[in-house]
Amino acid sequence: MASLKRTLSDLKIFSRGYLRNKIGLFFSLVFPIILILLFGSIFSGSSGPIQVYVQNQDSPSPSPSGGFVTALNSTNVVRTVLVDNSTNFSQYLLSHSATAGVLIPKGFSASYILKKPVNVTIYTNPADTSSGIVVATVNEVVNAFNLNRTGSTPVIGTQSLPIASQSYKYIDFLVPGLIGFTVLTSPMFSLVNISSEYKKTKLFKQLSLTPLTKGEWLTSKIIWYTLLSIISYLLMTFVGITLFGAHVGITPLVLPFLVIGPLFFVSLGMLVGTLTKSVESAAVVGNLITFPMMFLSGTFFPVNTMPQYLQNVAHVLPLFYVIDGLNQVMIFNNTSQMLYDAAIVLAGAIIVFVLAVGLFKWRED
Amino acid sequence: MSAIEVSALQKSYGQLRAVDEISFSVNQGEVFSLLGPNGAGKTTTIEILEGIRQRDGGNVRVLGVDPWTSGYALHKKLGIIPQGFTFFPKAKPKEAIQYYADLFGVTVDSSEILRKVVLDDAVNTYFEDLSGGQKQKVGLALSLVNNPEMLFLDEPTTGLDPQARRAVWEVIRELKKEGRSIMLTTHYLEEAEVLADRVAIMNKGKIAAIGTPAEIIAQHGSGERLEFRGDQKLADYLREHTNLDVGLDGNNLVRVRIGEKHDILVALESMERSGLDWADLKTRKDSLEDVFIKLVGFAIEEGGGIKQIGNSGRGA
Repeated sequence: MASLKRTLSDLKIFSRGYLRNKIGLFFSLVFPIILILLFGSIFSGSSGPIQVYVQNQDSPSPSPSGGFVTALNSTNVVRTVLVDNSTNFSQYLLSHSATAGVLIPKGFSASYILKKPVNVTIYTNPADTSSGIVVATVNEVVNAFNLNRTGSTPVIGTQSLPIASQSYKYIDFLVPGLIGFTVLTSPMFSLVNISSEYKKTKLFKQLSLTPLTKGEWLTSKIIWYTLLSIISYLLMTFVGITLFGAHVGITPLVLPFLVIGPLFFVSLGMLVGTLTKSVESAAVVGNLITFPMMFLSGTFFPVNTMPQYLQNVAHVLPLFYVIDGLNQVMIFNNTSQMLYDAAIVLAGAIIVFVLAVGLFKWRED
Repeated sequence: MSAIEVSALQKSYGQLRAVDEISFSVNQGEVFSLLGPNGAGKTTTIEILEGIRQRDGGNVRVLGVDPWTSGYALHKKLGIIPQGFTFFPKAKPKEAIQYYADLFGVTVDSSEILRKVVLDDAVNTYFEDLSGGQKQKVGLALSLVNNPEMLFLDEPTTGLDPQARRAVWEVIRELKKEGRSIMLTTHYLEEAEVLADRVAIMNKGKIAAIGTPAEIIAQHGSGERLEFRGDQKLADYLREHTNLDVGLDGNNLVRVRIGEKHDILVALESMERSGLDWADLKTRKDSLEDVFIKLVGFAIEEGGGIKQIGNSGRGA
């Protein structure tokens, strides 16, 4: 009972200080919201058809070449902009910073009618991610024209269906990713700084002269960052659903990750601060651990879009299992996989917590 | 029973002997001061007494128990301000007192404690915004939360301006009046002289002298002396024509030891007969600082460092 009272008293003074520190509060709660607004706007919005410049050097509509342009527009994937025949097309594309262009040569309609080979030229910027889409779309229209001219009909077709009952959007993965971001960064940065700073200013030594134990001190930090993670979860889920229509669930099954995650990263931050000799070196080591973990664990982009060797790295990072677990319960409702992720994070958290408490010294030899 | 008993205490850091077999005791209700420059071993000694640093050898008893193995049983009876006291930057003094009260499981009137340490005008100021003196007063306030039998004050006024220092002294005097034992480390000689019942001068891990300031001065000082501005000729004349003990330092300050009151008259008559110039005549006794310099070979600077003294026959 006395231990609980001391823990809660330490929690009270720490949380007050935290809430009075506007910078800490900004990075814990406001910054992730800014990130969700930013990434959500960039990747979740509807970008519309890709603009493709077309120079039709053949006779204008009505003709097969005119029909080809109409067919391109009717795909709804690209939107054509006609370029005057008197201009140099490749120069025009350069001067307009165009990412895609299609040149229909003179004699296209005559060759089409006489079934003589004729080439449509596709200009693309290989660095632009939409290049493949433009090439595929033009090829699809070309194939349709060829089949039509030879009087054939397609034999093999395709049908596209989503894996689940709904199709997932980027924002659906971004919300759990950014909750994981908060679970990692708030306790890590804070505890690395606090533990090295308190060591330097001998505040730990002062606390050791009171009945407060180091386990109680660490527990109060874990409670605080768990509360922050829960607030962050509610805030980001609310923003994701209301502003971007994210399909993420509000479920108590996220709680294991909002408790075990802070347990892991509070202990890890404490361990880094304990094992390093100065505030500066603690910050460097903390950043070396935090930043790669942040980018490789699926915070901003799904891990399966990364090269295989980076995916292998991701699978040894604790944040990966936190985010994967959040994905399982918030998106896929897959409890068995969530339990697997939670078990891995819990095992790691217990090891790091025991190490942090064991190696961290109130008193000196 | 003594509040503190220390016998042959040792502590080394690698090859450095920070505390080298020192022994002393502190009586109940006494203000005892460990005096010495930075690196003398004061803080190591006090941290061993507080139970936050382990000793290599010797025996230590604080309020009758071994501080290293007693933990909370001892700490609940102690009030401690570590050197360079600091606290959570965004906490207010009143919150700090309540926090300590919760940790110690006691009920306190925080306003009363703040009044006692003369900090009731800053109850709503964040710790980071307090002046140096006010921060030290927060430390004093926290050390009183558990109504301690004994206080350890490790350089409580270091870095404070004279006014703030005197304000802290007043608080310490009040605590002494309440009958609490106080262990005070300082590198301010004046502070030890003004506050302490007894003083131990530490240097290089050893105790160079121990006793009341008057006892130390009497034991290690040069006694009463006549001092005046003069030159080598005058010093030689006095040595030649009297039986007095005469010294001259590099600043042309002549010192004549006064064994008996009659020696003053002998010296003055001889000075007059010499026909040589002299000025700024005064009689003087050694201060604790004089004894300190004599014992350790240097003075202490403001920050606790050492200041070498050029000495060419300082004592008479």
